[in-house]
Parts: sequence; structure tokens; C-alpha cells
Amino acid sequence: MPAEIYLNVAVNGLLTGLVYGLMALGLSVIFGVVRVVNFAHGEMMALAMYATVAAFTSLGLDPFLMLVPVAAALFVLGYALQAGVINPFINRPEHSQFMLLVAVAIILVNIQLIVFGPDARSVQTSYSFDSFQIGKLIVDASKVYAAATALLIAGALFAFFRFTILGKAIRACADNYAGALVVGLDVKRLYALTFGIGAACVGAAGVMLSLVIDVTPSLGPAYTLLAFVIVITGGLGSMPGALLGGVLVGLTEALAGLFYTPSAKGMFAFGLLVLVLLFRPQGILGKKLG
Amino acid sequence: MTNDSPRENRHQLTSITRRTFVAAAGAAGAVAGASPFSVIHAQGAALKVGVLLPRSGVQAGIGQDCHRGVGITGDILKGLGLPPLEIMNGDTESSPDVARARAERLINEGAQLLVGAFDSGQSTAIAQVAEQKGIPFVINIAAAPPITEQGYKFVFRNFPTAPMILSDAFANQKEVFTATGMAPKSVVFMHVNDTFGTSMAGAIGGLFSKFGMPYTIAETMAYDPAARDLSVEVAKAKATGADGLLLVSRLNDAVLLTRELVKQRWTPTAILSMGPGWYEDQYLKTLGKLADGPISFVPWFDPNKKLSQQLEAALAKAHPGINLNTNHIFTFEALLVAADAYKRAGSTDPKALADAIRTTNIKDNASIGPGISFDAKGQNVTLKNAAIQNRGGKLVTVAPSAAANAKPELPVAPYDKR
Amino acid sequence: MIATLVADVPRRGLVLLLLLLAALVAAPLLVNDYLLTVLILILYFAYAGQAWNIMMGFAGQLSLGHALYVGLGAYTAAALFFHFGLSPWISLPLALAVSGLVGAIMGLLAFRFGVAGVYFAILTIAVAEFARIGFDHWSWVGGSAGLFVPVANYTQNDLWTLRGSPRMFYYVILALTVLALLVCRLLLKSRAGYYWQAIREDEDAARALGVNTFRYKMYAVVLSAAMTSLAGIFFAFYYNNLFPEQVFTIGRSIELILGPIIGGLGTLIGPIVGAFLITGLAEALHEAMLRIGIDVPGAKQVFYGVCLLVVVMALPHGVWPPLRRLLGLDPKTSGKGKA
Repeated sequence: MPAEIYLNVAVNGLLTGLVYGLMALGLSVIFGVVRVVNFAHGEMMALAMYATVAAFTSLGLDPFLMLVPVAAALFVLGYALQAGVINPFINRPEHSQFMLLVAVAIILVNIQLIVFGPDARSVQTSYSFDSFQIGKLIVDASKVYAAATALLIAGALFAFFRFTILGKAIRACADNYAGALVVGLDVKRLYALTFGIGAACVGAAGVMLSLVIDVTPSLGPAYTLLAFVIVITGGLGSMPGALLGGVLVGLTEALAGLFYTPSAKGMFAFGLLVLVLLFRPQGILGKKLG
Repeated sequence: MTNDSPRENRHQLTSITRRTFVAAAGAAGAVAGASPFSVIHAQGAALKVGVLLPRSGVQAGIGQDCHRGVGITGDILKGLGLPPLEIMNGDTESSPDVARARAERLINEGAQLLVGAFDSGQSTAIAQVAEQKGIPFVINIAAAPPITEQGYKFVFRNFPTAPMILSDAFANQKEVFTATGMAPKSVVFMHVNDTFGTSMAGAIGGLFSKFGMPYTIAETMAYDPAARDLSVEVAKAKATGADGLLLVSRLNDAVLLTRELVKQRWTPTAILSMGPGWYEDQYLKTLGKLADGPISFVPWFDPNKKLSQQLEAALAKAHPGINLNTNHIFTFEALLVAADAYKRAGSTDPKALADAIRTTNIKDNASIGPGISFDAKGQNVTLKNAAIQNRGGKLVTVAPSAAANAKPELPVAPYDKR
Repeated sequence: MIATLVADVPRRGLVLLLLLLAALVAAPLLVNDYLLTVLILILYFAYAGQAWNIMMGFAGQLSLGHALYVGLGAYTAAALFFHFGLSPWISLPLALAVSGLVGAIMGLLAFRFGVAGVYFAILTIAVAEFARIGFDHWSWVGGSAGLFVPVANYTQNDLWTLRGSPRMFYYVILALTVLALLVCRLLLKSRAGYYWQAIREDEDAARALGVNTFRYKMYAVVLSAAMTSLAGIFFAFYYNNLFPEQVFTIGRSIELILGPIIGGLGTLIGPIVGAFLITGLAEALHEAMLRIGIDVPGAKQVFYGVCLLVVVMALPHGVWPPLRRLLGLDPKTSGKGKA
């Protein structure tokens, strides 16, 4: 095989991984604070993708213009979901939360099937088929845009949690639930806000992913699983961890496809997860388990 | 399809698509729809046919497409002077368990014959029920060879098995290469790693050498049908230096592969597909002029046959913008087999129907080949493939010459010059 | 042993249980084939749910990847039958051993390395997915093209090779379900059962009291895995074809655990009640849709999801505990006893 293929594949894996990371970031934020595992994560992302596709096909709006509106819409959805449905489940055992979100996922997938039909939908922008060529390296333009946006959003989120009062309050809730209650924080509302922020992240990721892949109703469950693999690898609740996990999974899959057989590349991502769980159960950048 | 008075019309509606349903429900602000037991045309005693398709779940797209074939069947059968069918719909939800329960349920409701189910796993589940109950089951689409190797007496398949599809594909490829005066020197064989893809990959070893193809297979690559990203696959294929692609795909991955070909700036001289994906409407619609060029070697209809033209017209009327394809044709032909057998049997007795299907000899059909008949195993072994090429957003049949309506064109036009 | 089985079960409960059993034994004579198919499905889920319940309901270890053990059992027995014509009953010990071993390895690694809670649940999914892709590439068992168990005859019931009519399969799965109920009852009343519940309620406290929590968690995993693989053997010979994509998928795992969670986690009757409710609900919704005349693919699943949502929200402990109270079957001896 010519030498440049290794570089091509590695760069591609890295870029894809960053977009995966952005998607997983939402899951990580939600788990890190609310301690609820969002089993309807991929389904919510598919919803964002459908919104992007619909805006593009009916109004001709470029996906980048949809970034903020879709993220805002998902924020509202996430807020409502947490405030209306999930808050009563905060202190319930994991399997109970799991069931709840599985039910939400079933509903979302099938509403998407009824409303949008089973066929794959896609966004076809003027730059959809562009690629940059630098020497022998060929890079997919859409992936570059999506990865750059992913980094930007991750940075903004990081700044939000580090520097704003609200962000600090949310972190306080995550670090010490009882303490946050004692100092008079409205924990329920903060949880809803956090879920909303996590959902907005997923929304943004969905908009970006619609540049790279087509959306179908059955996409949701696959991406829920992918998001899990990524955040557990990187460390549940850790924001840099989510991005790192995304990159690791993206690279692992790309390299496994290159060196082994492409159809088995998913196996390597799960293998990576198993190894991480065994040797560093809290994930690569996760905090030590209590 | 009218919707003026849903209540009264329920039993006369031929079928209703999701789109019209949503529109109707939206307009009326009420839940209205076709009865699942809609009568295709209501005169004489209709044969009750249970149609089992994966209309939700992961295969929803294909299941709903097959269902379009059901919708256009009634009038055409009537035109052929065949007795009416009463269609009873069952959604398998893309799962063999549900398929089995639905089959039992439809038989219990009085279904005298079953048709379905696109997928090999679901078809096997239904075949067992049909066999136990002695109810004939006509498979519309499913290519896994074992289904008709089980010694079933009530199971019939009017769809080629994987080895049949491959043999024909090779024969037609040679015809195409002769007609265009060019052939790829070496190809990468990429196939999805699912039931159909592995059945095809399993059969290729023996058949390839038998046919003495002009090209060599530089590398064989299996990939995940649910792949999110196929950039590595394409990069790897490109790096082999092969000038052609030999494929067994599904829809989504065909679109993904094409995008990667464009982005990685590689136009193979020939893109030879031996399965779904590359000719489907969604592929043409999504990729526009980038969809032109690939040739698909698949079970198809003969565009010169009268029935094919009727089907094309009926589909264009019922679902404007949707091209007639394998899904519609073979679902239609399964129903044609049912109606034809019912006419000859003169009774709805399942055993008499099965006997009649066994002696089926339909000359006037839509798919390519001499017609529909079944061997002792219940398999139609006379089916032939076609080679169809995407040209200008339309599909033309380029081989075999007996069923062709255009000449093949190779090499594929470079993606960056369109 | 019988004394242990029926000890402190209210007489009314016993009578109801026997009545239910009698009804189920007589069912094939009374219901049509469609309902028989549904009943087989219900009992299959009741059995598999019971097996899963040992791990989660008794010992508190959440597994979201139990399709793994169904698949291992199914493939072991089906492949041996396919290649060598071995009766599933001969393959049975091997199938149990394979599943038990895989469960043991996973448990060993997870419990030794301190993987718990959500992390453990994700680990179980990951291993099942790993197996799915692995089996997709293993051509001896057919790979992704599927493994087709030869179907020889339907006229004769042959229990030895598990070839026969739905009625035969019905009695097989009914027997398995009854057996599982009895085994679980004995387990719950055994030393292990009490230790498990202690671990479930508070693992640290259990350890402080001298319970070897590692060993008892391992028992639960191995037992649950082995019992689940038996469901897999049934699955393989009832459906006669196996595809990794169908057998090992996470959707299958979720399907298995809906019953016990909806029915009542950690209870003995919960998985059975749950299986009836879950499968019954799906079929009832289908029926209702037919009657109203809605033929929209996906609509049934939306209602199904809504029903799940409502049940989970309204009945945090599942349907059986409140139902048990309603039937006046709450055991008087202990407040939180399991009937």
C-alpha cells in the first residue's frame, strides 16, 4: 500500500472522531451533573438532523445557519424532558431511569418514522463534495468544518462551566448535591438547565453530522451506543474526555478498517471500551470512582 | 385515491401511503386510514392474501417500497382477467418473532395464502408457519439459498438465489464489456457483511473462475452495512491501484461510498453493482448527476414486456417520481402467482392452491426470463438478471440484449467533470 | 424441599398459582394457533426474564447485554446440531458451560477491577456487541449469512431433537418457566439468596458483615448466564435460523429485561406478570389498531412507548407489588418479603 494512505486514514479518523466527540459531549455533561444516563441520546440527535434537513430542503437554509436555532430547540426539548419527566426519577435506581429513557427513545424513533418516512434524508450543500488536497493528503471539507465547529463548541462549553456563575452553580450541584441544596441552589431547575445544555450540544452535533451522513429513523439507537462507547472511554462526566474518547474511537475504527477488515472495525471500538473499563474503569480522563 | 369520506370509503380504498395518510390526517384533523383488510377490487369471492412486509424497524424503507407494489396490483390483475385478491396487511417490524406471530395471526383471520417478506430471516420464520398450516407462501424477495433447500412443500420463491444472481451478473458483464469494447483490468470486490452480501461473497469463489472474467479481483473487502463512515474503505480500495469496483451494497452505504469516491477524487472506470443501492430512487435523488454511470446487475423487469409498461404507468400515477424497481416488480409477481393459481384452482382450499402454484406456467409476466414456473423445490430457476445503468437520473436496461432498451456506456465519466 | 418451596406462601397465592398453571397446561386445547404463538413468546420472555432477574433483581448487578447468553446458547446447540446432528439435550451441558464461563470471565474482570453500576451495565453491552460482530465473521456458524437449522418434519414431535409442532414447543417452554420459578424460589430461600439481597441493598454493609460479596456476585452472574443460554437453545430450535444481527443485538437485550422490570424487579412472579403485560400489550395494541383502522407503520410502537413511560412513572416498583397487595397476597411474616 502506498505510504500516504496511512496519513489519509489517520487524519480522517481524527476528524470523524472530533464530530463523534461533540455528540458524546452532551451525554457526558448530562451524566456528569444529573447522573442520569440518557439512553435516548442518539434519537435526540437524529431529531436535530431531521430539523436541519427539513430547514435545508424546504427553506434552503445552510446547516451552519441552523446551528443556533436547532441547538436552541433541543435545549427547550431537553429542559422540558428533564423538568417534566426525568426529575422525579433522579433518586430512582439506574434500571428505572434506563426504562424511562428507553421508552422515550422508542417514542422518538417511531415518531420520526411516521413523520419523515423510512428513507434516508440528506443535506446537499454546494460544498458537500469538496475536499482539500495538500500534497498527497486529501481531506474531506465537510469533516474539517464539522470538526472545527466541534472544537469551538467544546471550548465555549468549557468556558461556560469554568467562568460563568450559572456554570459554577451547575458544577457545584454535580460535586456536592446535598451541599448545593444547603446553600439554596434550585437543584431541580439547574438539572433541567443542564439537561437542556446537554441536549443543545447534541443538537449542534446533529447539525454538523448532517453534513457528513444521511439521517434515517434507525440511526438513533446506533448513535446512542456510539456515544456510550466514547464517553466511557474518555471518562463519563469529563468534557475533554468526551472529545478524547471521540478521537480515540474514530482513530481506532479507521485504523482497524485499514489494517484488519472494515466490517469488523466496530469490534475494535468495543474492544477498546472493554480494555478501558478494566484498566481504568473511570475512563481515561474521568475522576476516580467513589 | 379519494379521501372525501373516510368512514364509508374504508373498505374500498386500495391502499394508502404514509404520505397521503399524513396529509389526510392533517387535513381532516382526524385519524383516518385504510382498513388493513382492504379489498383490491370487490367482486366475486376474493382470495384472502396475507402480505407480510417489514414496514417499520430497520428495514422500513424497503418494506414500504415493496408495499407500493401491492398498491398498484389490483387494477392490473383485473385487466388480466384474474380473480380478485383481498389483501390483509401484516407489518413484521423487521423482526422474525413478529413475522411469525403476524403470519399466525393472518392465517387465523382467514388468510388463504401468504406473500412476503423481503428478508431471509423473516421469510424463514413465516415459511415454518406456512408449512405447518399447509398454507402456500410465495416469497417476493429473499436470496438466501437455504430457504428452498429445506424440503418445504408450501413455500415458493419467485426470486433468484445468490448464485443465480452472480452467474447472471457475470454473463451480463461480459456482454457489457463486449458492447463497450472495454473492461476494467482489476477490481476491488466490496460487499456488505450481511445475509445477502455474505451469500454473494460465498458464491463468488467458484463462479468467478468458471466464467473467465477479463478482470482480476485485486482485493475482497467486507464492510458493515450500518457503517457510519466508509472513507477508510474507499481509501483502501483506491490504494490497490484497481480501476474498477465490484459491489454488493445496500442503499445508505452506496450513497456513502459514492460521496467518498467523489471526495477522494477517484472515478473507477467501471462501477459494477450486484445488488440494491446503486439504482434505487433515493440514490438517484440524493446524488443527482453524481449518480450517473454505475451499472447494476440485478433481478429486474423487462422494459419491453407489456406488463412492465402497465406497472410503470400505474406506479407513475400512484406515486409520481418513483421509478419502478425490483421491490415493486417481485412483490407484484408474487401476487400475480397467487391470483393465477386461484383462477386455475377454482377454489380457496390451500392445498388446491399449492398444487396450482406448483404447476404455474405464466408466460406474460414482468421480470426478465421466459416466465414464472417452479421446480420441485419451489424455486423459479428461469429468472434472469438485467444490467441497468444510471443515465441522466433515469434507469436504462443495457443487457441482456433481448431485454435492453439502450446501449451500455463505459468508462464512467469522471466525477469532477460533471 | 417442598416444604421450603411453599413455606410462608399465602394459601390464596398458592391456589391462584396452581389455577394459573392449570390454565396454561390446558391452554393449547382451548386457544387458536395464533394465541398459542403469543403464549410461547410470553413464556419465553417469562423464562428469560426470570434468569436475568437472578443477576439484577436478586444480586443487584445490572446487565444490559443478556442477549449475549441467549446467543451463545443458541449458537452452541444449533451449530452442533447442524454440523454433527447432536441432540440439543447433549449440547445442553456444553451450552450452559460456555455461557457460564463467559459470564464468569466478565464477572471476574469486572468485580476484580471494581467496575460497577452504570459502568458494569455498559460493559455487558460492549461484550454482547463484541460477540455480535465476532459471530458475523465466524464462518463455521454461518457468519452474517446466518445459520439455518435443518427442518426435517412437522408431523411428528421429536423431543430428543426438538423438532415438532408449536404445541410441543409450548410445553417445553412452559416446563422451563415452571422449573425456573421453582429454582429461583429455592435460591431466594437459600443462604445465597439472602446474601444476594444483602449485596443488592448495601454491598459495603454486606461485606462488613462478612459476606464474601465477590463470590456471591460471581454465583449470580454464572447462574443467570447459564439459565439464559437455555432460553437461547429454545430460541434456536423454535425459529430454526440464527443471524448474529438478530440474536446479539442490544434490542434483544432490552426486550428481555422489559418484562421483569415492568413486572417487578426482584420478585418471583414479576417476570411472569411482566412478560404477559409486555407481549400482551404489543399484541393488544396491534389488535386495537386493526379495529380502529390505523395502518401506519410505527404508530403501534409509539403507543407502546407511551404505555411503558406511563407504567414506569406510575409504578416505580413494577406492577406485581401493588397487584399483590390488591390480591391480598402480601406475606405477613416480613414487610419486604418476596412472594
